[in-house]
Amino acid sequence: MSAQRESHAPGLAVPALPVAEAQAPAVPLWTAVGALLRKELRVELRTLESVPGMSLFALSTFVVFHFALNRTSVEGDLATGVLWVTLLFAALLGVNRLFVADAEEGGLDGFLMAPVDRTALLVAKQLTLLCYLVVLELVAVPAFALLLSVPFAHALPDLLLVLLLADLGIAVVGTLVAALAVQTRARDLLGPLLGLPLLVPVVIGAARATSPLLVAGHSGGPGARWLAMLALYDLIFGLIAYAVFDFLLED
Amino acid sequence: MYGRGLRALSISTVVAVAAALTLVFFYAPLEAEQGFLQKIFYLHVPLAIISLCGFVVGGVFAIAYLRTRDSRWDLRSYVTIHMSLIFALATLITGSIWAKGSWGHWWVWSEPTLVSFLIVFLLYATYQPLRFSIEDPERQARYASVFAITAGAFVPANFIAVRLSTQYLHPRVLGSTSNLPGPMALTFLVALGAWTLLFVTLCKYELTAKHARFQLRALRRRLAGEQSRPAPRRRSAAPEPGAGPAKLGARVAGGGASS
Repeated sequence: MSAQRESHAPGLAVPALPVAEAQAPAVPLWTAVGALLRKELRVELRTLESVPGMSLFALSTFVVFHFALNRTSVEGDLATGVLWVTLLFAALLGVNRLFVADAEEGGLDGFLMAPVDRTALLVAKQLTLLCYLVVLELVAVPAFALLLSVPFAHALPDLLLVLLLADLGIAVVGTLVAALAVQTRARDLLGPLLGLPLLVPVVIGAARATSPLLVAGHSGGPGARWLAMLALYDLIFGLIAYAVFDFLLED
Repeated sequence: MYGRGLRALSISTVVAVAAALTLVFFYAPLEAEQGFLQKIFYLHVPLAIISLCGFVVGGVFAIAYLRTRDSRWDLRSYVTIHMSLIFALATLITGSIWAKGSWGHWWVWSEPTLVSFLIVFLLYATYQPLRFSIEDPERQARYASVFAITAGAFVPANFIAVRLSTQYLHPRVLGSTSNLPGPMALTFLVALGAWTLLFVTLCKYELTAKHARFQLRALRRRLAGEQSRPAPRRRSAAPEPGAGPAKLGARVAGGGASS
């Protein structure tokens, strides 16, 4: 008897929840996204759980780079590497925390009971992570310029464009990875392990686009090819995340 | 259920691999520049192609799982990705040997295919830890499927990105069959077929073995009756689909009891 109880035959596979499909979402998507985003930002403002940690981590990493490289100033490829490694790892800190409060305090259950499209949570979390990254960079990029005396004041608009496109990619991929990792036992380990390979193309595009901007006498923009690649990657993974995210929220 | 046709498949695999190796060593001409070393091409390139295709096929099986919620699809997806991972490791090793032989370095960052392959390998290396760290079988299958789909889509995207990033392209004389001389192209295609057969056979063996193990475990539980022992510590991240139909279990359990 115990064999029959513990094993579930393929024929008895759990069907997709009919309840969620039956009732049409009563709240428009963007209303739900706005409400969720406000809630996320309010929680972050009250707890200060992610963004200060990410910013502090970035600052410490610049100091570490200063001593590890034994340099007072960096430029070109080296500066690009320092910037993107720091931003990427700081972003992964935020990715690791993104769904933890919801999973532990029952926020996900509450969301699943609400009559809204599940995509709303995906979009809201992506926007939240994007906000975190923007604030992180508001702190980290000036600090990077000050601490390691990087010459890029003249290329700021181009750099902002690259940062924005890369942030979009990190937000899209990071949200998916965070949702995957949060229900696992080893979530702190799996988040970065899954995230780093998936973000390599973003790093490639961002680093190649950034490195000509961080040279003293630079001329020319960040290279349209790399910006196009970043945008395309953002788009592809945005669609993939949209397609698979619902399956992560079924319990 | 999974064991059907296994013998025929095994025999044809042995024949095909033997034929491929014969062609590689006795029929294909020595390449002018690299000489004997170039023979590794007939192993390395098919392995790479098969493992990449295997990753994508694992993603397709994962889509099938999410659509049907039939755990056999999840098992197929798991086995395909598992075997592709082994083939990918073999690809990296053979590629490394080839790089050492022809360029003098074990690792060459300017070769985009090698680099993208490493990234894909690193990504799929997290598949098993991901499965391991989710307890609930249904959720494990669901999350693993989401991973398999995302990663399956990542494979081509990553190759394009890395290819773009390398200014220096290694002359791809041996990259495609179109510019290979006839005997080499024939050998390559036979080798590709043989290694593909090997991949399919190994997948089928693993599926059969997993299935047999689940059945055995179910039978053990039945034999143990009410005072069922605690489940043995799992050493594999493989999914555990239904442990076989009950009537089959009863039949074999009856045979076991009489002995």
